[in-house]
Amino acid sequence: MDSVGIVETRYFRFAETPDEIVLESGKRLGPVTVAYETYGELDGDRSNAVLIAHALSGDAHAAGRHHPEDGHPGWWDNMIGPGKAFDTDRYFVVCSNFVGGCKGSTGPGSINPATGRPYGLDFPMITVSDMVKVQKALIDHLGIERLLSVAGGSLGGMQALEWSLAYPESVGSVIPIASTSRLSARAIAFNEVGRNAITSDPNWKGGDYYGGSAPARGLAVARMVGHITYLSDEGMGMKFGRRLQDKEAYGYDFSTDFAVESYLKYQGDKFVERFDANSYLYITKAMDYFDIEGRYGSLVGAFSRIRAKFLVVSFSTDWLFPSYQSKEIVKALMANDRDVSYCEIRSLYGHDAFLLETEQQTKLISSFLNNV
Amino acid sequence: MSPENKRAIQHADYEQIVRLVPEGSKVLDLGCGDGRLLRMLMESKNVRGRGVDIDEENVVECIRKGLSVFQGDLDEGLADYQEGSYDYVILNRTLQVVYRPDYVIKEMLRVGRKAIVSFPNFGHWRVRLDLMLTGLMPVTRMLPFEWYNTPNIHLLTIKDFKRFCMLNGIDILDEVSLVHSRRVSGRRHKLFPNLLAEEGIFVIAPRKI
Repeated sequence: MDSVGIVETRYFRFAETPDEIVLESGKRLGPVTVAYETYGELDGDRSNAVLIAHALSGDAHAAGRHHPEDGHPGWWDNMIGPGKAFDTDRYFVVCSNFVGGCKGSTGPGSINPATGRPYGLDFPMITVSDMVKVQKALIDHLGIERLLSVAGGSLGGMQALEWSLAYPESVGSVIPIASTSRLSARAIAFNEVGRNAITSDPNWKGGDYYGGSAPARGLAVARMVGHITYLSDEGMGMKFGRRLQDKEAYGYDFSTDFAVESYLKYQGDKFVERFDANSYLYITKAMDYFDIEGRYGSLVGAFSRIRAKFLVVSFSTDWLFPSYQSKEIVKALMANDRDVSYCEIRSLYGHDAFLLETEQQTKLISSFLNNV
Repeated sequence: MSPENKRAIQHADYEQIVRLVPEGSKVLDLGCGDGRLLRMLMESKNVRGRGVDIDEENVVECIRKGLSVFQGDLDEGLADYQEGSYDYVILNRTLQVVYRPDYVIKEMLRVGRKAIVSFPNFGHWRVRLDLMLTGLMPVTRMLPFEWYNTPNIHLLTIKDFKRFCMLNGIDILDEVSLVHSRRVSGRRHKLFPNLLAEEGIFVIAPRKI
């Protein structure tokens, strides 16, 4: 399949003093920088824009490569490009790093203009609705009045849902994938374990570690826990089973025995090279706070305001945001007589499936967008 | 027989259902398959429709056709659908595969003001003769499975269905007999539908008190 080719991350800065944005918590934040990428061409009447919202560890780099030798294409390169699910021959695709992140947008690792030092825990708490508010500023800046669609997996799907509620007039369709209207107690619990791993790392120092050693062990453990929740029992059984890593027999010590241990260690170590621990704290908290029922009283009541057409997708072995949570969204939309379709894709990949099940997602999304 | 002909006959029953649905109705199609019936209803009767199907590939195909579709199990029920939220709820050749046909029909009539139900008639003379002569479970064009692999777990006759409606306060508003998926309406068929129809289509509604 074709690629969007060489792409470049760009930056949009706004909310300069005294026009800081007011966050859901009531605190003010500014200036705000947004890292974003775009693929494809915006058409004459600016009606073909699709916003992609990324998940916990994603970034603005959703497709293509940054230079010809770049070994790592964007995180959803299998889905965004010419002839792909989000067909860049037809759509103008935008992806930005959310506020609170650490991939070019303003977050706890950015310089606090008040002190000239990184924010650390002085960074205000952000929510999914704040992420969306910042995205809206970017979309306005790009001159787009109405998005053809907002799509995303996991936390990205939560942002897509938030778009339909916060800006019902500005969204033609919404594609929440492997997502939820609120986290279950179990999902919050796993986030809390991750946060505890970070905050109990001696290098964390109350979040004030910039310029010194980062809480790498804590962040790596958080990522290991996270990775377990992204995979299914069946998938792990198939990928690792009880296979040993580079050995024929048990070591009878605490070195790595099993392949699954080695995989988690690798994922943890790789993650600390590219992610900021404080961002991990803020973003998981934003996920925990997201609660449409809580905010609007009920899902059915919340969706009475939406205009967009919906395609909701879940995966059979996703136990982090299980299918029943997607169905709750769909049923609340149906109760409001909204145009919604729901599909549960059979997959062994668990929650991670939204990054991996290219074929079926492509069929669903390309035909859905075709009919928006 | 050419494939086109074959398809035309296979889906001649769709035409009968399309005929029964008034222009502009709001329709819920349970077990909507690949969405062809809904598509026909939208194109020729301008209905507002939604489908429900359990099969992932069918759901993908419905979305390809631009339909609104929910992937779900009919036996899970229609609990989340509001009372009287559809003009017609359709259950085409699906009644005999659900676990709780009585429950599904009652739910259809709660959610829809009317319902259209079609099913293969196990009382057809060929089925009866087959069982009598061979002593084996009949395998017919409408019911082409062996007893051990059939999805049709609640086989019924037209007479069974009428009796069910009578006992459950359901009015039959219209009735169509099909042979070879085509409508038959001669005097013989009117008199002996349970013997002569391969398939029955019924428009039903809760009995008005």
